[in-house]
Parts: sequence; structure tokens; C-alpha cells
Amino acid sequence: MKYANDRQRTFMLMTIPVVVLFFAFNTLPLIKGVIYSFTNFRGYGTYDWVGLRNYIDLFQDARVGKSYLFTLKMAVLATIVTNVISLILALGLNSKIRFKSALRGLYFIPNILGALVVGYIFNYFFTYIIPALFNTTSILASTTWAWVGIVIVCAWQAVAMNTIIYISGLSTVPEDVYEAGSIDGATGWTKFKHLTFPLIIPFFSINMVLSGKNFLMVFDQIMALTKGGPAQSTESISYLIYNNGMAGGQFGFQSANAVLFFVIIVAFSVAQLRFTSSKEEQL
Amino acid sequence: MDVKGKERYNWPVTILLICGLITIIFPLYMTIIIAFKQPSEMTNSISGILSLPKTWSFSNFAEAMRVTDFWRSLRNSLLITGVTVILSIALHSMVGYAIGRNKAKSKWYNFTYLYIVSGMFVPFAILMMPLVKQTAQWGIANIFGVILCYMVFYMPMNLMLYSGYLVNIPVALEEAARVDGATTWTTYWKIIFPIMAPMHATVAVITALSVWNDVMTPLVIMSGSGLNTLPLAQLSFQTQFGTNYNLAFASYLLALLPLLIFYIICQKQILNGVVNGAVK
Repeated sequence: MKYANDRQRTFMLMTIPVVVLFFAFNTLPLIKGVIYSFTNFRGYGTYDWVGLRNYIDLFQDARVGKSYLFTLKMAVLATIVTNVISLILALGLNSKIRFKSALRGLYFIPNILGALVVGYIFNYFFTYIIPALFNTTSILASTTWAWVGIVIVCAWQAVAMNTIIYISGLSTVPEDVYEAGSIDGATGWTKFKHLTFPLIIPFFSINMVLSGKNFLMVFDQIMALTKGGPAQSTESISYLIYNNGMAGGQFGFQSANAVLFFVIIVAFSVAQLRFTSSKEEQL
Repeated sequence: MDVKGKERYNWPVTILLICGLITIIFPLYMTIIIAFKQPSEMTNSISGILSLPKTWSFSNFAEAMRVTDFWRSLRNSLLITGVTVILSIALHSMVGYAIGRNKAKSKWYNFTYLYIVSGMFVPFAILMMPLVKQTAQWGIANIFGVILCYMVFYMPMNLMLYSGYLVNIPVALEEAARVDGATTWTTYWKIIFPIMAPMHATVAVITALSVWNDVMTPLVIMSGSGLNTLPLAQLSFQTQFGTNYNLAFASYLLALLPLLIFYIICQKQILNGVVNGAVK
């Protein structure tokens, strides 16, 4: 009995300080954020309650709408591009190739590099190298194409991570599945579609959630490549909240924006998990 | 099994993959080449930008180090990353142990588990503005505050990893120690903590990579303190580089170098760690 008491007390002592810390730096600011979203706080000075004013304005604000459209468009395209490329790359890196570990190691490099610095390097690449090669203007200066530049840089880094996850997925596929498949005459695309892909669906769902969520929260790349420009065409939600909330005097309004963004991220994660787990059950 | 097939390499795929490496190598090549050149060597043509430098001089690096206060930024980055990793391993494994051992039979621990893990869905964007106010009010708008934030941001993930790993460690081990008269506290540190070493490696790798490369947290929290981390220094000094890209690229290369070196030394651990963290 004495031992059981000591055990329970120790478990409590181990948990409580950490929970307090978590509350102080996660739940507390979250609550404060929600509270600020009902005020007209500018980040300094006094403020008043404005009720749902910020939320109503949110849906009428053209700049906010634009940033949601851009972020969504960018995240969808980047997720597709990243997953297609990394799946192909993983299939290649998982086959019987020479220099396998060296190639795998090299293809992973983009993942360990800081997104901000990578962004600056690509900024130069888009501004000077590409125009000099093809005699065009920089895509980052174009309101129609700048977002594609962001997609390219985000995908360049994310492919590395997703590839590694697909490789670990492919290595779980047992060899005899292929042997059985080859007896049935499965080759190439049919083999991939009916044998390989269904078996790595859990890894596919990890990658979709992982990259989708990261792309929705894109910030560093925007900071380094376009700073939201040209003409606010590449302003991501995170960037807008940072830019206008911290320095633009819209603390309250952008808090409301952040709450909306939070709801979207939660809905997105839950939906994606539901969707992929229902797919797994069908197998 | 076709034994010969094991030795035959798929050369077409190998060659395609080697060609594809250009997408990785080229940006790095460009960075290195520009970092070593002088502005006078940079003409507007492609060959002017991408040819090898006439002399391999380190003067750009010396100047970039001076402008960005490299050693101080490096020290701050090392300090933040190091302390966060050590504290994460110590605290997150401990809470992972306490929760992992009890969540099946205790409502309170199960609730605590779900409470912390659900923190994974909270984007930094919503915490950012209140955290800036809060850290300023509490007088921790500095490195210490940034570390505390990281401790909380990576807690959901690490808690999941640790309590998941704990399932494989039999409780019998602890009971054996109890017979010898050890308290739960000493049992944890002497027996369970060392057994979780593979998970410590995973947690260390994931936490270190994310913390080292993070810009947003130190950007908003330490903005008034005049302190920089290595990535943050690139941002702060962006205006000072002006159009001197050679200096800027020398600085970028210096910022990328620590992690590249780390990656070359422990490539295997990093790859394993990243996969473990994502898949589990």
C-alpha cells in the first residue's frame, strides 16, 4: 500500500508541472486569443468590446478573402505536386538501384535546410537565373505567377520528407505480394494501382495530413520570397495575421482571423483523418 | 526466388535518379559559387553568375560574419536548440511515462493525454499575438521565453511518441526494482529512462531540426530584445546586404552549414528519427 501511494504521488508530481506549463503557453494564450477576437484592440492602448463585429468584417474583407483563396490554392497544388513527385521518387529509390543509400541521403538534404534561407536562395534563382536563361521577367514579380513560385519552393523542401515516409511504407510491403501478383500477370501501373498503393495507404494519409497542414500554415517561404506581394497576391493566412496583427494595429481583428483559421485547421485535420481511416477500413 | 536478380541493378532508374539530383545540387552549387565570388565577377549573363570564382577567397565570409554577428547568433541558436532538446527529453519522457502507465485505467490521465495531444491542432498563428503580450508581461520576451514556448509546442508530438513507446516496456521491470526497495522516481530514472534511449534519439532529432530552423517563434517573441538566432539573423540583416548578393550568400551558406555538418555526421540517426517521428 505504501508503495502504491508513492507510485501515484510520483506520477502526479511528474504530470502536474508539465500540465501547468502546457496550460500557460498553449491553453491560456488560446483563450486570450479568443477573447481579443471580440475586441477592437490595436495591440496597445485601451480597447472596447465589439461583439461579433470582427467576425462579420472578416467575411467582408477583400484582403482576408484573398489570403484564404491564395493559401488554399497554394496548399492544394503543393500537396498534389509534392505527393506525386515523392511517390515516384520513393518507388525509384526503393527499387534495385546502385548507390541506394547515397542517393537516399542526398535526396533528403532539402528537408534539413531552414525554409527561410532556402527561400532566399530561390528568390535569387527566380529573380536572376530564370529570367537570364529564358529571357523573361521574374515570376515572383507577376501577380498571376508568383504563387507558383511559392508552390515550387514549398514542394522542393517537402518532397524530401514525404519521400522518406513513402520509402518506409514501401519497405513494409512483403515480397510475396509481388510474387503472387506477378503470377497473376500484374506489371507496371496495374501492379502499382492494385498491389503497392493499397498497401501503403496509411503512409499516403500521413503524408497528406503532414504536407497539407504544413502548407496551410506557410510563412517562412512567403517572408523570404515575396513578403506577400506583388499586390498582396501571395499573402498567406499566417503572414497576414503576423503582418497586420503585430504591426498593422489590427490585433483584435486578426485575432478573429486566427480563430477562424484555427477552426479550419481542426476541421481539415479531422476530415482528413476520417476520410483516410474510412478508406483503410474498406481494404 | 531469383537469386541473380538480387545482384542485377536497375541501371535506367539509377541514371534517372542521378540526373534528378540536379534539382538538389544546383541550388546548393549556386549558393557556394556566389558566396565565394566578388561583386565585380557577377555579370548579368548566366555564365557570369554560375562560372567558378576566379579566386577562392573567404573574405565574403569574414565580412558576413561581422555584419550578422555570426558567433552570437550561432551561440543563441545552439543554446535554444540544446536546452530545448535536453528539457524535452527529460520532461516529455517523464510525463509520457506517467501518462502512458496510467491512461488505460485512470480517467484523469486519459483526459490529460487527450488534452495535451489535442494541442497539435492549434496553429501558431492563433497563439502568436497573445504569447507576445504574455511573454512581455512576464518578463520573458527573451531566449528563456522562446525555450518555454518550444517545450509546449513540441509536447503533444513527443508525448505521443513516448507513451506509444512505453507500451513495449513491460511493467514487470518496474516491479523487480520495487522488490529491491527502489521508489518509483528512482525506478524511472535508473531503469525506464535508459530503456527509452531509441525514442530519445528520435525526439532529439525531430525537436532539434524543427527548433533550429524555426523563424516565427523567435521573430515575434525576441523581437524587442536585439537577440538573433542564426536564421533570424538572415532576416534582420536582409536590408543591410542591399544588392550585395555575394555577401548575402556567404551568410546563407554559413547559416546552412551547421545543420549540413550535423547531417553528414549522423545521417542515419536523422533519417531514422524523422521516419519514426512521422510514422508512429
